[in-house]
Amino acid sequence: MELDFSSQGHYLVAFVPELILTALGMLVLIAGVSRRLARDPERSFDIGWLALAGVLLAAFANGWMYGVHEVGTQAMIAVDRFRLFANWVLLGSAGLAVVMSMAYVDRQRLQAGEYYGLLLFSTVGMMVMAAARDLIVIFLGLELMSIAVYAMTALNRAERRSAEAGLKYFILGAFATGFFLYGIALVYGATGSTNIARIAVEVGSGSAQPALLALGVGLMLVGFAFKVGAVPFHMWTPDVYEGAPTPVTAFMSAGVKAAAFVAFLRVFTVAFDGVWDRWWTIVWWLAALSMVAANLLALAQLNVKRMLAYSSIAHAGYLLVAIVAANQAAAAGMLFYLLVYAVMNVGAFGIVLIVANQGEDRLLIEDYAGFGQQQPLLGVLLTIFLLSLAGFPGTGGFMGKIYLLQGAMGAHLVWLSVVLVLTTVVSYGYYLRLAWYMWMSEAPTPDVFHQVRAPISMRIALLAAAALILYLGVFPDAALEMARASVDALTAFGGSAAATP
Amino acid sequence: MLTEALVVSALLFAIGTLGVLLRRNAIVMFLCIELQLNAVNLAFVALSRYVGIEGQVFVFFVMTVAAAEAAVGLAIIISIFRHFRTVNVDNFNLLKW
Repeated sequence: MELDFSSQGHYLVAFVPELILTALGMLVLIAGVSRRLARDPERSFDIGWLALAGVLLAAFANGWMYGVHEVGTQAMIAVDRFRLFANWVLLGSAGLAVVMSMAYVDRQRLQAGEYYGLLLFSTVGMMVMAAARDLIVIFLGLELMSIAVYAMTALNRAERRSAEAGLKYFILGAFATGFFLYGIALVYGATGSTNIARIAVEVGSGSAQPALLALGVGLMLVGFAFKVGAVPFHMWTPDVYEGAPTPVTAFMSAGVKAAAFVAFLRVFTVAFDGVWDRWWTIVWWLAALSMVAANLLALAQLNVKRMLAYSSIAHAGYLLVAIVAANQAAAAGMLFYLLVYAVMNVGAFGIVLIVANQGEDRLLIEDYAGFGQQQPLLGVLLTIFLLSLAGFPGTGGFMGKIYLLQGAMGAHLVWLSVVLVLTTVVSYGYYLRLAWYMWMSEAPTPDVFHQVRAPISMRIALLAAAALILYLGVFPDAALEMARASVDALTAFGGSAAATP
Repeated sequence: MLTEALVVSALLFAIGTLGVLLRRNAIVMFLCIELQLNAVNLAFVALSRYVGIEGQVFVFFVMTVAAAEAAVGLAIIISIFRHFRTVNVDNFNLLKW
């Protein structure tokens, strides 16, 4: 099927996965409300299954989209393989997050309809961001995602910390959106368009007004750096990740970050390709600062959620390396890493949920003492996720880092590569400390972990996630080939190639 | 004409930014964020006179999104008020600000 966006129907076809997810999200909302009217609140699992069905349907539609082709690269909505690959990552993290949430939502008596509805709507926002080829659409996707996630962060109304995290995320997020929008306005003023392809032409030919463009690019960079949580725009991350309900933290650490990175890559390597030599040093420093500061701060954390929050900032630093490098290999590496990162991070948070008793109980690193001895299977799974986060050979995280390094070396970013390798070594300290507590320390009482709340669906999802991590670590070629084919669609990377012969 | 409008928009944006950074009342901070968004709208409208219609289209989207954001933001502020009996951000110390 060919799309040239000459009729309205083509826009609908281009948005089939998003539309399906939106419809299912509304259905989930209605199901939740009618459930409460029927005064039958005891089980919320079926609403979760409905949400999961929505994610699977959208994934099916995403597979079907491979048969749809677009004409040209000027349309507002991209129908390219880059978007479709990003959708796999986003739908994967949403699906995993739904399965991980079920027991928590049930036990904490959250409003299931609202919870899963918001989760699906924010996934739609992420997919819109991945599909956007116009700054208006990126803005709409960003806000659709963010507003839903603000609400999800504050959803546990019985919990003070949840409300406080919601307020923090909301104020700082809206503040960053203001900067992002102002940046868009200035870029629009400088280039006369909000379409990424046309901006790229204007910027490449040098006819854009330089002062406005420089300010606009800088402000948009602030907005993106905030959303991906890069140092020094990371202040919100540890607090929000710690205060939000744990499944929400899992979802936003994977999904929000992936969507922001995908849009970041498209805007900066396609639209602002012509001025790569002006912005790459700033992103270089963002990447280096994120890797160094986050990995050192993570060493000092006692709370597991806070530690994983700093770990996610560090991963934002690794991924920023790909944006600095701005070449084909780095972009493919970034997509591969996002896939691995989403799976391993949601997986790690899943085990945190189980240890925390599907609530917010045992969140300190000391609380993991004896977990591995009493729950060997779950202990092995957490160890796999931690090793992959650390980048241990044989896991997907290791291969992802290798591909990022290949991209960085292709752009001759020697020092940044050195920082990446050294900070990875530092990161072993805090990941392995958690594993050490789990396997080597004695539990305070011998039966503390004998009964854990882990439904069978969650165990299966965790097993599948761990299997995928190991598979990508041992046989990464298929996924990497797919990522390479996906970034071919971007037809960019002139700026960094010209600057690094 | 364009320069004046852009200067006013930059001033409004700066006032909004300073307000978020200096004021400690959550509602006033939110108000200042709205001021920032309106500064952006002014810039869009002024620029669209010279470069094309997309800027004016954008303004409508920004206004719609700002309304949605206000709904969620005020709901969060109410939920904070129920827990803390205040909306002053200096008084929340469960998590470090």
